[in-house]
Amino acid sequence: MFRNFFRRVFALMKKEFITIWNDPKTKGIIIGLPIVQLLIFSNAATMEVQNIDVVTLDRSQSVESRELLSKFENSPRFRNFYYVDNEADFKKKLDTQKVQIGLLINNDFASDIKSGKIASVQVIADGRQTNSASIASGYASQIISGYGAEVSSQKGGASINPSVRNWFNPNLEYKWYILTVIVAMLSLVTTLILTALSIARERELGTFDQLIVSPLSSLEILLGKSVPPLIIALTLTMFMTGIVIIFFHIPFAGSFLLFMISIFISLLAIVGVGLYISAICNTQQQAILSAMTFMMPAVLLSGFISPIEDMPVALQYLTWLNPVRFFMVLTRGIFLKGMGIGDVITNLIPLIIIASITLTLAGRTFKRKLG
Amino acid sequence: MNTVVIKNLTKTFGKITALDNFSLNIEKGKITGLMGADGAGKTTLLRTIIGLLIPDNGEILTIGFNPTTQKDELTPHIGYMPQKFGLYEDLTVLENLQLYADLKNVPQEFDKMLEFTKLAPFQDRLAGALSGGMKQKLGLACTLLGNPEFLLLDEPSVGVDPISRRDLMKMVREMITHETTVLWSTAYLDEAHSFDTAVVIDKGRVIYEGKPHDLASTPQEFENKVIDLMGGYKQEVSKIAQNYTLLKDIKDCTVEANNLEKKYGNFYAVKNNSFCINKGEIFGLLGPNGAGKSTSFKMMCGLAKPTNGTARIMGIDITKDPEKARSNLGYMAQKFSLYGSLTVRENLEFFASAYGIKFRDRNERVTEIIEVFGLKDYADQKSEELPLGLKQRLSMACALIHNPPVLFLDEPTSGVDVLTRRDFWNHITSLAKKGVTILVTTHFMDEAEYCDRISLFYHGETIALGTPEELKNKAGATTMEETFITLIKESEGE
Repeated sequence: MFRNFFRRVFALMKKEFITIWNDPKTKGIIIGLPIVQLLIFSNAATMEVQNIDVVTLDRSQSVESRELLSKFENSPRFRNFYYVDNEADFKKKLDTQKVQIGLLINNDFASDIKSGKIASVQVIADGRQTNSASIASGYASQIISGYGAEVSSQKGGASINPSVRNWFNPNLEYKWYILTVIVAMLSLVTTLILTALSIARERELGTFDQLIVSPLSSLEILLGKSVPPLIIALTLTMFMTGIVIIFFHIPFAGSFLLFMISIFISLLAIVGVGLYISAICNTQQQAILSAMTFMMPAVLLSGFISPIEDMPVALQYLTWLNPVRFFMVLTRGIFLKGMGIGDVITNLIPLIIIASITLTLAGRTFKRKLG
Repeated sequence: MNTVVIKNLTKTFGKITALDNFSLNIEKGKITGLMGADGAGKTTLLRTIIGLLIPDNGEILTIGFNPTTQKDELTPHIGYMPQKFGLYEDLTVLENLQLYADLKNVPQEFDKMLEFTKLAPFQDRLAGALSGGMKQKLGLACTLLGNPEFLLLDEPSVGVDPISRRDLMKMVREMITHETTVLWSTAYLDEAHSFDTAVVIDKGRVIYEGKPHDLASTPQEFENKVIDLMGGYKQEVSKIAQNYTLLKDIKDCTVEANNLEKKYGNFYAVKNNSFCINKGEIFGLLGPNGAGKSTSFKMMCGLAKPTNGTARIMGIDITKDPEKARSNLGYMAQKFSLYGSLTVRENLEFFASAYGIKFRDRNERVTEIIEVFGLKDYADQKSEELPLGLKQRLSMACALIHNPPVLFLDEPTSGVDVLTRRDFWNHITSLAKKGVTILVTTHFMDEAEYCDRISLFYHGETIALGTPEELKNKAGATTMEETFITLIKESEGE
């Protein structure tokens, strides 16, 4: 009995994978689209970091500070150096975006090193140019730490601490925020489109009748239809998360396990919506249009564009029906802020309810559509 | 005077040669029938003549134009009806006609056309809601707009019942002038027998060209002659049936319909339909398009829910325990409905698993089926790339993979050439002898002769039930086609 069940579900899943893989258009949507989008972002982010312009305010004017600055001058990543002698000029250079970062070395720099204390160098990045600023300050910190290591090997106990500040946008939140949300968005779109098309396509081709006439039960069809898109979307999400962590240096703050569970349940809710759309549509065109109709308001009411707290009260209540809202909160929260298990569960419960409702609806609709 | 002159034409698609050094003249003012097996090159020929395909080699002149270079000058003179005519299903009958009149830049006068097609009462109905026969009539009407001097029809009568088929023929004959040339591709050889000229092509070459009556005086004889021309059909022992083992047994009423009824609002699509099909019997559901036989068929296999009554397969109610009932059922749909992007083997594997064949036995069974159905050379080809006849054979293979005691065939031979059809029916009758119960719908009246019993459907009700002989006697007719038309007319008269 159970064997039969798994055999049939497995056969259906295998068939789904082959169908998706053999269709160049679908393959393009699920692989090409996310990767192209992420590549555009990564390109935009790496374009300016070759030629970083620096303003320096060297209050120490010591051998040590000269030595540190020469390391910067020798690095191929940095281009022009502006040496200023007061804070007003320093600020002006950054404010007019003449430079991407500023290096501030204090009076006590040399004496701290000599006395074996921790010396500090301030790296100030222009937080408005989010990507280049974070990458440039990353390079700067590297050079400073490198010099610090050199110093401490000569003079035990001494080290140099680069302290990075972002002026104008202190925590560079926007870029981090955008990238994590983009990952969520892309997996949302992929899942929704894959599932919305799946039944509608079979209906258009006439193969769905053939499925219904076989001994496959509604539950088996539902499982066979939801697992492949889930697996594809989960893989894709992991892949994109990896890109975001490796290439954009966004630290992953929370628990990876919690993150995967949250993504899984969020996508499950989306799969339910997609399959329901697919079950009520007769053609692929209808399915795509319906998916769009769902997606636009769902994204607008997710807190992505404008914070939910700023919405009219009635709309705020409406967002409780919106799986994308919880999806956003969870990805951003776990990824960037290390959201704890309690908060995660609070956000997962509505998603589980939404998923069970939409999946049940989808399963029932297969049958009802028989007429 | 010739409308089309073709000299040494060659057209290839990759490795396949569709037209091979092909030469043909088509006489002006005549109706020419184009026949041939699936993949013989009929559609390629039609499309090359009007410039939709560009030939690799050779010359072609259509109404004095070169279709490759002068397509724009040529197009206003021709009417082309492809196999699937591009009706806009979301537009009404009238809106479709208006659209095509505008596209062809001809005046919007449809009274005569609507009267001829008998579509006048339905002019505000959506084209998508029309029956198969009416759709084809509307498609033909759109093609005939503007009185083109050269008409090309690509199998317009596929999936159309005998009455609508006569109407289509009548429409063409009465709407054209004696100046009009018609090139009509068809799988119905009785149709072709009534034309002025018959052209039979095979493997991209003309194998017969002449008057149909010179070949044979009756349609039946003509069919046999054409089959001989196409290489001849030798009835062989059906390997498919030999390979079949009846797993389950039940005495009578393997398939049973008890007062089946389907009601849409106040309209009965099917009304108290009852029959009992015995083991090993071939039971035919016949009727005009839209008579309710499709609905009955769908209710029998659980694709539609009856509003009343029950359908049982091997004694199991299809609505109460659909999974169990369906495991006894092999189903072959009207349209090719397997997964086109999967290979032949993958399709078979999928259906084997869907019908609960164990993984251990699966490969063996699939290999065996591929062998028996002669699909070995195509096993790793995508199924959408197969020619129609092989697609149909694959559909049958998928339907029979689990040795079902009951087989449902919904217009299985629609659009299939005459040789493949004979071969197909050889398998079906042999399977029935092995004890398989078969329910079939068809529009080929000669095929109805293969049935043990026939239920004739009209306006949702059975108007006659019996063996082909009984029905013929009842109607006082000699052929099934006459029987069909007489009985339908009689029931209308009541």
